[in-house]
Formats: sequence, structure tokens, C-alpha cells
Amino acid sequence: METITDHTTITTGPANTNDREVVIEIKELHKSFGDHEVLTGITMDLYKGENLVVLGRSGQGKSVLIKCIAGLLDYHEGILKVYGSEIKELKEEELRKARMKLGFLFQSGALYDSMTVRENLEFPLTRVLGLTDKNEIDERINEMLDSVGLLDAIDKMPSDLSGGMRKRIGLARTLILKPEIMLYDEPTTGLDPITSKEISELMVQLQKKYKISSVIITHDMDCAKITADRILVMNNGKYIAGGTYEILEQSSNALVNSFFK
Amino acid sequence: MPAKFISFLKDQGEKVGDQVHFLGSFFRNTFKKGFEWNELIRECYLIGYKSLPLVAITGFILGFVFTLQSEPTLKAFGAENYLPAMVSVSLIREIAPVIVALICAGKIASSIGAELGSMKVTEQIDAMEVSGSNPIQYLVVTRILACTFMIPLLTIIADALGLLGGFTGINISNKVSAVLYFNKAIAALDFTDFIPAFIKTFFFGFAIGFVGCYKGYNSGRGTASVGMAANSAVVNASLWVIVLDAVAVQLTSVLAYH
Ligand SMILES: Nc1ncnc2c1ncn2[C@@H]1O[C@H](COP(=O)(O)OP(=O)(O)O)[C@@H](O)[C@H]1O
Ligand SMILES: [Mg+2]
Repeated sequence: METITDHTTITTGPANTNDREVVIEIKELHKSFGDHEVLTGITMDLYKGENLVVLGRSGQGKSVLIKCIAGLLDYHEGILKVYGSEIKELKEEELRKARMKLGFLFQSGALYDSMTVRENLEFPLTRVLGLTDKNEIDERINEMLDSVGLLDAIDKMPSDLSGGMRKRIGLARTLILKPEIMLYDEPTTGLDPITSKEISELMVQLQKKYKISSVIITHDMDCAKITADRILVMNNGKYIAGGTYEILEQSSNALVNSFFK
Repeated sequence: MPAKFISFLKDQGEKVGDQVHFLGSFFRNTFKKGFEWNELIRECYLIGYKSLPLVAITGFILGFVFTLQSEPTLKAFGAENYLPAMVSVSLIREIAPVIVALICAGKIASSIGAELGSMKVTEQIDAMEVSGSNPIQYLVVTRILACTFMIPLLTIIADALGLLGGFTGINISNKVSAVLYFNKAIAALDFTDFIPAFIKTFFFGFAIGFVGCYKGYNSGRGTASVGMAANSAVVNASLWVIVLDAVAVQLTSVLAYH
């Protein structure tokens, strides 16, 4: 079933998730920049509590897809619902509320480079949650940094951190808001294999701890193997195959195979 | 050809629309709760205090050079008595506000453009947005307001140092007491000289902050676009300063004669 290219006939979830709550619903999503059509009608669902890995080569529109989910990019056609509400139709204030349930880990980490690690984590606490109590803020920052194992980097500037540390701090800054859905944009790209493995394991561990549903975009198969409950392969802005790691590994489709070689 | 022209007009129209939209969101977010006072103060410090040396030196030299240059001409007419008055009127009405604004367009608009541009390219602005915080309120409102308030202040400082420069210039060839010089310089000014010149500097400051923020916030993707954002911020801010000055001069003369 994984090699069928006509997505209308595919169940986008594994058999045992059919009765689980859908948190993100995407149907026939189209997005272009000028004449360049990047998303050409992708269809996918994210179920509550699962880790969905989206595989695809570079430039296939993976980042564009999750930026659409986060409301950072407009889309032209199709359905994109998060918790049942169409992202495109939300007003500014509604979108802000919806985004509080979403966490986004950017490819680069996107740390605020004029602020220390502590200030990076403080920013969402004071700006988004409106916390004012100094003790509570410190407590939460310490707890979060402890979870990602970087308590001693608290007073460092982002420029003094390694790539892996930046990813961890980026993760901490996002998770400190306790999102229900996490969107990861290539969480392990650019890291050495050992650090990649650590980050992947950290993602699984935190997902369990905070009960998060996640979309993980990657082309790193080690990361996919560790994190994925379910994998979806994307090519030319479209769904081409889906299933568990074990199922897809046996696939006869050349493109799917090329990831597992 | 007409098709090209129409698409050019459409492009320009879209750009204007974008800027109007950005302006609207600046005003909306200025009056929203959660105003970033600390960030405003920090920006005022960065924009005002850090530009002070440059603006002060420029102001002093402007007054000094202008005096030295004008002296022979006025002497030829036997009018060197009017030198302090002439220097102060032209300095305060026109030269200091415009030169300070142009310097700040170069120094401040470019640095805001580059700063916000690099935050955009490295997805820091997107990160603020998806977390549910408000980057316009935090980054844009504070910078535009800081420019709007600091450029007038810098202009006043340049005015004062310009007069001091003029005094120094006169004393190279003549002996004029400081009391006499400043009395003459200040007596030559009335409110219709000072007030319109002062008011227009707020608009210069606003334009500098607005253009810097707009260009940075809307810069493209990739590192090259950071440089482009900074560059077009300077070009556009300078142009706005000149245009606003022309409008202000026209407006003042209309108001003054009616
Ligand atoms: N903001 C944008 N403006 C124009 N083109 C874009 C933009 N974002 C992405 N693209 C284009 O969309 C395509 C897919 O990009 P992306 O989603 O980043 O790929 P990837 O799958 O590697 O994450 C690329 O060709 C890219 O150039
Ligand atoms: Mg990408």
C-alpha cells in the first residue's frame, strides 16, 4: 500500500490509530511562490500523541509545509485544520491563541542572538504567558534547562554555543510553553551522529514526559528510526507513501527505498 | 509595453499597500497593552547616546566651516555684524536638522535594517511569531518610537554645538565675546524659525525608524538580503528626509505668510 501514489485511496494513519483524535488535518494543500508550485496537493493527518516523521529530499517543500501549519506562510488551496479550525481563516488574535498550543523548532534553532540563554527562555514566559513572579520564572527556566541537560549554559550567549547546544536550547525555549503539538524542522541536520542520536532520544523522552504530538521533518534515517511512530514520504510537494519504519523499509518503490539504503 | 507598464504599476501599488499595512500594524501595536518600556529605553540609549559623538562633531564642524566660508562674502558687503545671526538662522532652520537626519539615515536606518533583516533571515522573527509573542510590538514599535524621539534631541545638540563652532570660527579672525556672539545669534531667532524646524525633525526620525524597520522586517531569504535590506533602508530613508524637508519648507512658508 505504501507505493500507491493516488492519495485519495490511502489511509493516512496506521490501522490502530483510526479511532484516535486528529489534531492536524491537511487535505489537498497547495502553495506556490509566483509560478513555482511547491506544495502540490499534500494530504496528511496527525493523530494525538504520535510522532509523525515527514521524509523528503531537500527543496521538496517540507519547511514550507510546516510553516503553513504554523501560520507563517499563506496557502492557496486546500484544507489545513489544527484542532478543527482552519488556520487561514483565523484572525490575528485567534491565531496567536492557536499558536500557543504549537511549538516550532527551527532548523537553525533561531535563538535570539542578542539575549543570553536565560533571557531566551524568559522571553516566552513573560511575553506569552505573562508571568511576573521572578521565582516562578527562575524555577521554570531551571527545570527546563535541566530537562535538556544544559543547566550550566544559562548565562551564555547563543554565539558561544555549539550546534547541538543551540538545538537543545531552542527545544527548551519552545517546550517551556508546554505546547501540545511540536513541529520540528530538521532537528538533527548539521549535527554529528552522536549528537544527532542524543537529540533524537531527547525528543522522544520529552514527548513522553509532556505528552506531545509531533511532526518531525527530516532526511536523517537514524533520527526517523528513533523518533517515528509513523513515517510519511513526500516528493514534489505531495504525499507518496506512508507507514511504519518497518513497513517502508520493505518498500519496492525506488524513491522510498533510497532513504533506507 | 503597456502590459509591462501595468504590471510595474501593480507592483508599485502592492509595495505601497504593504507599507500602509505595516504602518497600520505599527499604530495598532503601539497602543496595545504590554508596551515594551525597557526595550524602548534600551533602544533610545543605543540610537541616541551612541550617535551622540558623531552628531556632536558634525554639528560643531558645520557651524565652524559655515562661519569661515561666509565671512569673506559678508565682509565684502560690510555686513560681518550679521554673521552670528546668519549662521544661527541657517543652521537651526535648515542645515542642522537635515544633516543630522541624513547622518542618522546612514547610521541608524542601516543598522536597524541589518539587525531586523538578520533576525528575519535566521528565523528569529518567525520564532517570536509562532511562540505567540508579538515581534512588531517588541522590535518595531520600540525602534520607530526611539528614532522619533531621539532624532529631535540629537538635532538640538547639533544646533548648540553648531553655534559653538560658529563662535570658534569667528574668533579665528575677530575677537567677539561669547556673550555678544550668543546674544546676537539667539536674538536673530524667533519661534517661527525654531518651532517648525523642531517639529519636522520628529517626522525625519519617524521616517528613519519606519524605513529601517520596514526594510529589515520584510527582507528576503538568504544572507545577501540582509545587506540589501540595510542598503535600501539608507537610500529610502535619505530620500524620505529630503522629500519631507521640501514639504516642511513649503508648509512653513505657506503658514508663515497667512
Ligand atoms: N519564502 C519563500 N519564497 C520563495 N520561495 C520559497 C520560500 N520558501 C521556500 N521557497 C522555495 O520552496 C521550495 C521548498 O523549500 P523548503 O520547504 O525550504 O524545502 P525543504 O524541503 O528542503 O525544507 C524551494 O524551492 C524554495 O526555494
Ligand atoms: Mg527545510
